[in-house]
Amino acid sequence: MPDPVLTIRSLSVTFVGPGGIVPAVRGVDLEVHENEVVGIVGESGSGKSVTALAVAGLLPPSARVTGSIVLAGREVVGAPREALRLMRGQDIGVIFQDPTTTLNPLMPVGSQVVEGELAHGRLRVDEAWPRAVELLREVEIADPAGRAAQYPHQFSGGMRQRAVIAMAMAGRPKLIVADEPTTALDVTVQAQVLALLARRQAATGAAAILISHDLGLVAEVAHRVAVMYGGRIVETGSAHDIFKRPRHPYTAALLKSAPRIEAAEGRLDPIPGQPPTPTDLPAGCSFHPRCAIGAHRPRCRAEEPPFRSVAAHGVACHFAEEVAAPATIDAPAAARRPSVGQGEALLEVEGLKIHFPIKAGLLRRVIRTVRAVDGVSLRIAPGETLGLVGESGCGKTTTGRAIMGLIPVTGGSIRFRGRAIENAGRDVLREARREMQYVFQDPYSSLNPMLAVGDAVAEPLRIHGCYDEMGGARWIARLFEMVGLSPSVAHRQPREFSGGQKQRIGIARALALKPRLLILDEPVASLDVSIQAQIVNLLQDLQRELGLAYLFIAHDLSVVKHMSDRVAVMYLGRIVEQSDKATLYASPLHPYTQALLSAVPAPDPSGRRRRIVLAGEIPNPASPPSGCHFHPRCFRAGPRCAVEPPTFEPQPGSPTLRACHFAGPLEATRGAAGAAS
Amino acid sequence: MSALGSAAEIGKRIVVRKTAALSLAYLVAVALAAAFATTVGFDPLSQNLARMLEGPSRDYLFGTDELGRDILARVVYGARTSLITAAGAVTLAASVGVPMGLVAGFFGGWRDAVLMRIVDLKLALPSILLALALIAVLGRSQVAALTAVGLTGVPTFARVARAQVLSLRRRDFVTAVEAFGASSPYLMFRTILPNSWSPILTQMVVLSSVAILLEASLAFLGVGIPPPTPSWGEMLRTGKEYLYESPTYAILPGLMLTLTILSFDTLGRALSAVLEGREDAPVRRGAGPA
Repeated sequence: MPDPVLTIRSLSVTFVGPGGIVPAVRGVDLEVHENEVVGIVGESGSGKSVTALAVAGLLPPSARVTGSIVLAGREVVGAPREALRLMRGQDIGVIFQDPTTTLNPLMPVGSQVVEGELAHGRLRVDEAWPRAVELLREVEIADPAGRAAQYPHQFSGGMRQRAVIAMAMAGRPKLIVADEPTTALDVTVQAQVLALLARRQAATGAAAILISHDLGLVAEVAHRVAVMYGGRIVETGSAHDIFKRPRHPYTAALLKSAPRIEAAEGRLDPIPGQPPTPTDLPAGCSFHPRCAIGAHRPRCRAEEPPFRSVAAHGVACHFAEEVAAPATIDAPAAARRPSVGQGEALLEVEGLKIHFPIKAGLLRRVIRTVRAVDGVSLRIAPGETLGLVGESGCGKTTTGRAIMGLIPVTGGSIRFRGRAIENAGRDVLREARREMQYVFQDPYSSLNPMLAVGDAVAEPLRIHGCYDEMGGARWIARLFEMVGLSPSVAHRQPREFSGGQKQRIGIARALALKPRLLILDEPVASLDVSIQAQIVNLLQDLQRELGLAYLFIAHDLSVVKHMSDRVAVMYLGRIVEQSDKATLYASPLHPYTQALLSAVPAPDPSGRRRRIVLAGEIPNPASPPSGCHFHPRCFRAGPRCAVEPPTFEPQPGSPTLRACHFAGPLEATRGAAGAAS
Repeated sequence: MSALGSAAEIGKRIVVRKTAALSLAYLVAVALAAAFATTVGFDPLSQNLARMLEGPSRDYLFGTDELGRDILARVVYGARTSLITAAGAVTLAASVGVPMGLVAGFFGGWRDAVLMRIVDLKLALPSILLALALIAVLGRSQVAALTAVGLTGVPTFARVARAQVLSLRRRDFVTAVEAFGASSPYLMFRTILPNSWSPILTQMVVLSSVAILLEASLAFLGVGIPPPTPSWGEMLRTGKEYLYESPTYAILPGLMLTLTILSFDTLGRALSAVLEGREDAPVRRGAGPA
């Protein structure tokens, strides 16, 4: 076997700051060979990004690095600046998470793509432009000659990330480091970019490190996987082995805790507690406080397990032999909640329209209208969960906020318990808001930083003047218990809590007024994988105990499937398909739903399925395409689709409502398309 | 945003800065002297016509003025005038300007347009001119000086508060409280205002120095607080007349004025750096990378 492209030996990175010494990476060993993709998986604070930065020599001066990193035969640790600079140009290409901040906004994209090669003198100035066009063509950007002269703001998110990939690959690096390369992108765009990255890596034969928190994504493209926890690699192995037969309790627990799109419904199996911060690592094995095997064993508490070899895996666990394989789809089918969705509707939305005018010029005339929501109808019965799925910009959050009365409504009606509340006066809204509450995506920004969390939870009661009537401090304590927090933390400030705990506080606050409907706006999207399951379980328990109805807004189809009774799929301001969960996931009828479902990465490398990779990205809602909004990206569109918008109506012989001229199961259309061609 | 700690923690981080600590110590000393001037037995008004315009001596540490009054005593009482005017003016400016900015930023539209045009108008007029006009109407008094100085600070507070509202208005925690059914005044004064205190506090300290300077300027022009109340500006004005007879006359009030303004400014700067997290990384010996 030839020498590996990258060899990391006992790498440690420590940050020295005013807060003390922070061990971010503690003894990492890793090899990456030519033509190999190694996935590094871990939660926030696991040290995965710091490892990547160390490889690229991009750590800040406050970092103290020990150990050895040999890239293409040269030592990176302690190398002089100039050597590092040369190395970055030819041996390593880095792709960061957010393409918006990676590109220089004041420079044409074409110039940025070749900037590195020009700086290293490997490209003559007169060759630069043709080379830029060639590079953009390689990353499959349409009209590369025209696009090269444009600026980053004229590119969509997916195209920007393509340009960043072109930039990273321009020097034909021996190693590509991609740090969460698709996390900032939409589901359907993620699929495109990931496929492109894999193709480019295969074409150049480079070694690659793919860093992600998403097990499914790593399973999909990586050959080998390293799982990081608390600054160490706790397990390495081939992608197949890791997902089929994990040897470290953390890997096994992580696989069990994530909702799976193909799994039967049931309770998720969360990892208790929360990921440790590097400043506050537990003694012994850093996973032991959360471990099913080692939580009570003195050896795990006292002694950090060495990294050793177990059945073709590398594992850092004293008791790796005891780890059981995660049985796929073994969750006990949860007792179905008795007939929900019957009876009088709690919330009825009819033909909801929300248009935002864009004003310009001296006279502030309306030049265009953004149709954020353009005719949405929903119905939620007491105790029921409706999942509202869509990519960013489809209007799902706007719909939720309009129902809460936070955004004025342009047209249509919203009825809550039979009473019209769209654009209602303060008193009507105030009354409705007692029974309808909102949980925000970002727990960091949704709590008032100046208010102790107990006061934050009590705030809705005080606003409605019913603090004493609802039971005062006793009710607040009860709310904390309901969301799994000790009432004794009520006097603390929000900054003392982790993301998952803050989200629990946000839920407690939403429950304070004993509402009947919660609008959950991506409540788990910004949480760590192992925390998501805790919150999902909490929401399901609360629903069962309190008979709550949920409007669950999300982009993650696996979580939506897990939570919902019925699901509505939104695209560019309209609902394109709505059905009960089983029908929608088993036999989607709208091409967009079909593409979305096929784009969900599953943590199962044996099942690498064929994806429907949609062309292009979500168009600007200020100038939506004519006819069916989806037709330019649709694999089934005919001439009729560009002219005539489809009506939202039931599919004959199915409980599904859909808006498509050619709705039908995927196989049937494939046959029809084959016959047509 | 500001990395908020407890008041004690913020205090500690300010005092770590040498210049800020020095400024604070100086201002505390001046304030204490002003507060306890009477107790210590200073008398700024008793005249000793036999010993006019004397230089420093054992009896009069900084000499006497044209009426044989103790310059040191008058300077200490002058600190009282300056600090009271500054505190009153800044309080007045904040209590008018902050609500203006809150309302303008929160509601937007015509309210914003009207209030901010008033602010622009105010900024277009030179402060000293406006103060002179106001004193011409109200007559010379402590209240007139305080009001005149206070009004010039209103635009700053209005703008700071408005900028805060605009940046906080769309934050989730404000929307959350709105979703509970909170009224607009509740949102403005109970949710947004407490989260805006750090830039407002910084402005209050910075504007104190401006207020002291403006009050002294008015006194120097002879339209400040009427005699015999001691004031540094007034003392500078008289001291200037006797520059040849008694060169030491103007030194102490001038020095005090300069140091006080400098101290407020330094403290304000340190405060804004600490509250807005713009602190330079503390340099520690031996902690740098090898």
